[in-house]
Amino acid sequence: MKKLNPVPRIKNFATGQSIRLSEKTMEEKEIVSTFLLGVGDVTLFIKHIFKETFSRRFEFKEFLRQCYEIGNKSLPLIAVTGAIMGIVFTIQSRPSLAKFGAESMLPGMVAVSIIREIGPIITALICAGKIGSGMGAELGSMKVTEQIDAMEVSATNPMKYLVVTRVIAATLMLPILVLFSDAFGIFGSWLGINMKGNVNFVLFFFQAFGTVNFMDFFPAIIKTFFFGAVIGIVGCYKGYTAGRGTESVGIAANSAVVISSLMVIIVDMIAVQITDMLL
Amino acid sequence: MINLKTYSKEKISVVTTPLTPMIEVNNLRKAFGVQEVLKNISLKLYNGENLVVLGKSGSGKSVLIKCIVRLLYSNGGTINILGNDVGSLNMKQLDALRMKIGFLFQSSALYDSMTVKQNLEFPLRRIKRELNEKEIDEKIHEVLENVGLADSINKMPSQLSGGMRKRISLARTIIVDPLIMLYDEPTTGLDPVTSDEISALINEVQKKYKTSSIIITHDIECARATANRIIMLKDGEVYLEGKIEDFNNSTDPLIKSFFK
Repeated sequence: MKKLNPVPRIKNFATGQSIRLSEKTMEEKEIVSTFLLGVGDVTLFIKHIFKETFSRRFEFKEFLRQCYEIGNKSLPLIAVTGAIMGIVFTIQSRPSLAKFGAESMLPGMVAVSIIREIGPIITALICAGKIGSGMGAELGSMKVTEQIDAMEVSATNPMKYLVVTRVIAATLMLPILVLFSDAFGIFGSWLGINMKGNVNFVLFFFQAFGTVNFMDFFPAIIKTFFFGAVIGIVGCYKGYTAGRGTESVGIAANSAVVISSLMVIIVDMIAVQITDMLL
Repeated sequence: MINLKTYSKEKISVVTTPLTPMIEVNNLRKAFGVQEVLKNISLKLYNGENLVVLGKSGSGKSVLIKCIVRLLYSNGGTINILGNDVGSLNMKQLDALRMKIGFLFQSSALYDSMTVKQNLEFPLRRIKRELNEKEIDEKIHEVLENVGLADSINKMPSQLSGGMRKRISLARTIIVDPLIMLYDEPTTGLDPVTSDEISALINEVQKKYKTSSIIITHDIECARATANRIIMLKDGEVYLEGKIEDFNNSTDPLIKSFFK
């Protein structure tokens, strides 16, 4: 006689009764267990990164190459975006300030906004798109074409060579990119002001930086290290754990962008809360 | 058993005879979820021989050699390489052992972001750290000459044909003087002429570098050209083991369908 599959049941620990699970409950259980397994997997991945970061023989040459790829090659995009961001922000803010006769506060307001929030978050989101997708696609295609396996059988630790170098490079390069973005944003603001007026650059510079103090600048730069780390970790994790088919490369790149962008915003929210509590 | 710590520095030589098993696999089992791919596989690779593992696609051939170098963990059984139980080695010991094994991947697995020269330098600089720049250059030119692609040294992998990629990949594995070679479908996706060239190259490597090899293939011409001994897998089990003549003379329908 054919044996039927048993109906899924769980035990109620309070009453000791066996409870029959519906199909919907089973689906929900599956989703929750997949989510928890994913969280566990990422945690182990991060633990592995830390372990390999502090183990001997750092891949310095590859690290420098990644700094060049992440930092130098992102610079034109960051510069253009930063300048446009400054121009647009200035043009949009000017009418509101003009209503209150506070146009003279425009350089200071723009500088503080760019340095504290707009510069870091816009730069991080652009980098999540450019760097995160690049890492996801590159490592994903290396996985699909067995290059990561080839590295492993050549007695090279791919985690150390590919992941650690990229994560550290992203962590260190993002603050530098944010500084460039801030500088181009403030320069863009000066251009924006001069589109409808005539303000001397030195005057603009003194007005802008006269308003900015150290505590506007410091927490904003600190959080960009975390943005970089998040982008690096998510990009590498998605690429490194990609499936075997070519379709997985696209999925890895896409999910790297989506998740790292979301994580950047979450980290930003946490950073702002912490800064607010401390100041 | 070989002292891997010393072995990795290549200060001792391995004493082997034609009857010394370089690789010994006993009752190997591997499953992916509920699907059992390898069921109690046992085989031995003797010193200096080319062992061809034949089988249909999905019969577990590639999984077998990936378990041998521990790219995949087995679910049961033991794998001994040069007297070392692969399953019980720590990562450093495993790396030391892997330095003596060359693995030619089905997809060639050349590093896309590196030139041919950098691809060849990559394992050499990590495994043979005692070499100076001049010796590294000499070694690169030597292996490129051996695979007949000396003029491709500065090319990127994307500029190479399938056959050339296989040759460069072979050069990358032999550059570190392995004792054991594992070939995963070396002629798949290549035209018959290039396949014959790769088969000839496998034999040349065996003679010149005195390697013992496991060749995973479903290409009968490659098996005929390279095999000293053949093992046929079916549904994750050893179906038949013997010399090429045993397979040629077999009346078994499955064997005949391969060797017709």
